[in-house]
Amino acid sequence: MYQIIGKKNLGEGINLYNISAPDIALKALPGQFIILRVNKNGERIPITIANSDKKDKTITILVQTLGKTTHLLSELNVGESLADLVGPLGVPTEIKKFGTVVCIGGGFGTAVIYPIAKAMKAEGNRVISIIGARSKELLLMEDEMKTASSEVLVATNDGSCGTKGIVTDVLRNLIYDKKIQIDRVIAVGPVIMMKAVSDLTKEKSIKTIVSLNPIMIDGTGMCGACRVLVGNKTKFACVDGPDFDGHLVDFDNLMNRLKFYKEEEKTSYDCHMKAHHNLTA
Amino acid sequence: MDTKERLKIKKHVMQCQPPEVRSSNFKEVPYGYTAEEAVEEAKRCIQCKRPYCIEGCPVYINIPAFIKLIEEGDFLGAAKKIKETNSLPAVCGRVCPQEDQCEKVCTVGKRKDTPSVAIGNLERFAADYEAKYGDIHIEINQKKDKKVAVVGGGPAGLTVAGDLCKMGYQVSIYEALHEIGGVLMYGIPEFRLPKEILSRELKVLEDMGVNVFTNEVIGKTFNVDELLNERGYGAVFIGTGAGTPKFLNIPGEELNGIYSANEFLTRVNLMRAYNKSEYDTPIKCGKTLVVFGAGNTAMDAVRTALRLGYQDSRIFYRRSRNEMTARIEEVYHAEEEGVKFEFLINPIRFIGDENHNVTAVECERMELGEPDESGRRRPIPVKGSEFIAKIDAAVIAIGTNVNPIVPSSTPGLNLNKWGYITADENTGKTSKKGVFAGGDIVTGAATVILAMGAGKKAAVAIDKYLETGIW
Repeated sequence: MYQIIGKKNLGEGINLYNISAPDIALKALPGQFIILRVNKNGERIPITIANSDKKDKTITILVQTLGKTTHLLSELNVGESLADLVGPLGVPTEIKKFGTVVCIGGGFGTAVIYPIAKAMKAEGNRVISIIGARSKELLLMEDEMKTASSEVLVATNDGSCGTKGIVTDVLRNLIYDKKIQIDRVIAVGPVIMMKAVSDLTKEKSIKTIVSLNPIMIDGTGMCGACRVLVGNKTKFACVDGPDFDGHLVDFDNLMNRLKFYKEEEKTSYDCHMKAHHNLTA
Repeated sequence: MDTKERLKIKKHVMQCQPPEVRSSNFKEVPYGYTAEEAVEEAKRCIQCKRPYCIEGCPVYINIPAFIKLIEEGDFLGAAKKIKETNSLPAVCGRVCPQEDQCEKVCTVGKRKDTPSVAIGNLERFAADYEAKYGDIHIEINQKKDKKVAVVGGGPAGLTVAGDLCKMGYQVSIYEALHEIGGVLMYGIPEFRLPKEILSRELKVLEDMGVNVFTNEVIGKTFNVDELLNERGYGAVFIGTGAGTPKFLNIPGEELNGIYSANEFLTRVNLMRAYNKSEYDTPIKCGKTLVVFGAGNTAMDAVRTALRLGYQDSRIFYRRSRNEMTARIEEVYHAEEEGVKFEFLINPIRFIGDENHNVTAVECERMELGEPDESGRRRPIPVKGSEFIAKIDAAVIAIGTNVNPIVPSSTPGLNLNKWGYITADENTGKTSKKGVFAGGDIVTGAATVILAMGAGKKAAVAIDKYLETGIW
């Protein structure tokens, strides 16, 4: 069960995993997520599904190594299995013909925006994708995004590819300089990026959907750990989301809630890495 | 021994860990009866001609019969007798509110000066004895070729699965979490129901032949129609439990350090956060934690907080002591352990620091007015009574709303005005052919044993439906 079929290092501690998950692969729609546990004593972590292959019965996820759990995951090799994998969870992204849709992926958010862009294009939208990374080497899935979009625009912090700057610079240019009529924006990436995109599109009232990633436990609406403020109302990201109207999301609250266990996570990671080094030494 | 002599025997109180010791560990609170104590307590049962206790039991355990076996020293026989109707005796002996059921109607207890027979304690004794010394073989009827899917591995679903398996059906449980047990696993703490004991009873079900599929969210991974039409199940039982936690809806509730009871208990119980050296799911600790609410879940949360190291663990309740819904035993244990109870207090807002962590809660005092629709006197705020209490964490234990996943993904299922599934009280039949439901997803949050009772009735009805084909 839940065997790793493929694994690829994409740099910056980001790994791509293809995992055997027949039931999930068959059902997963763009925007949905899974919850996994690496081992029997591990924590449950939510990860958005980047792709699902009904034929191979696999799903693809991208995970950046940040703490103990993600480090343990990065240590798993092809042929090894996860302890648990459950999904597809959450409400899928609303896919229909809107007209011109801008899909924005920041960092490895690009992996998540990819199936959304693909589905939006298949629905007959003009899809302009904006993908961002710190530098050219870290840019993900540029070729795939080209096939999934009508047009792909790139932003890198160091200017090594596309516009020098961030994805909002490119979006601002589309809205204000090129004066493109945009019917919907979908942004997936770091919270700070989704906030910046939402602030920008709010000026012109362009409907903007963001995918939120709060702390979760069960992922089925039972625990309420993932509650977010949307339009000043409490919503559960796992069953009401993870997609929400970016103009209504309280991003500062989300960022604060994501920080709650930082200290425990650091202690756990340091302790784990110390043991890990002792073991390998 | 005649009745007169039996009535002279004093009730045997189960010995417990001393409060000052147990308040800092997660080990079970009562030690259980010794064999001698159990036999002596069993002698108190007068073997009534009309045993009201059986009527008081939602799963109709033959109580006088199993107690008689204990008295005779046939402890394994007693366990076997209980298991004829109850698949989870070690669980029920611990978490059932016996004082509202079998023990409430016990004839001995109806007398002025003799307390009820300790039926729950005796059930627990028999179950634990069997776990230690016996290996009861459960009779399973000849295998049938019909399949039943049970959605949710909590008390209702486990009962349906156990009963139908005994009848010979091929039963599969679909569980959303990574372990079955439902509230017994994620909700009820180790010190009330050790997970080892629960796992043992769950394993008996699996050994009987019940298939368990964890990590399957019905309504997401598959839906009910697929179970019926594509996966070959003749009937589906929905027992998905209580659902999403209610919050107070007051300012500051989104601050860090404010948990729903479900989250707080799930971290500690299902994810074993209290065992930091072995498990990865974190939980914070501080000095002062307040639980809002006064039901059994609130008691579980506040006693858990104490054990995690919150020295000052309190209950704030907007009504008075008389309106508390928790079992008396739980309240008593909590008070013994040092939990402080403060009544007629209503929270108005939470206050946080620059890091978004909760540091205080502003409350107002209440007084009791006229009875409300629940029959309890309605609390009314006292003007000018606001005060601020410093806290490090808060747990909201004021109940749950319906979980929408199964109802919203199952066309043809009638729901009541709160969104719970409408099902016949005696059969669990829903408005959708082949689909039965029971437990909290039908009644809203109730008790383990009521869910098990609903499961029992549904198992009978499912058998009848699959045998006759008549809906």
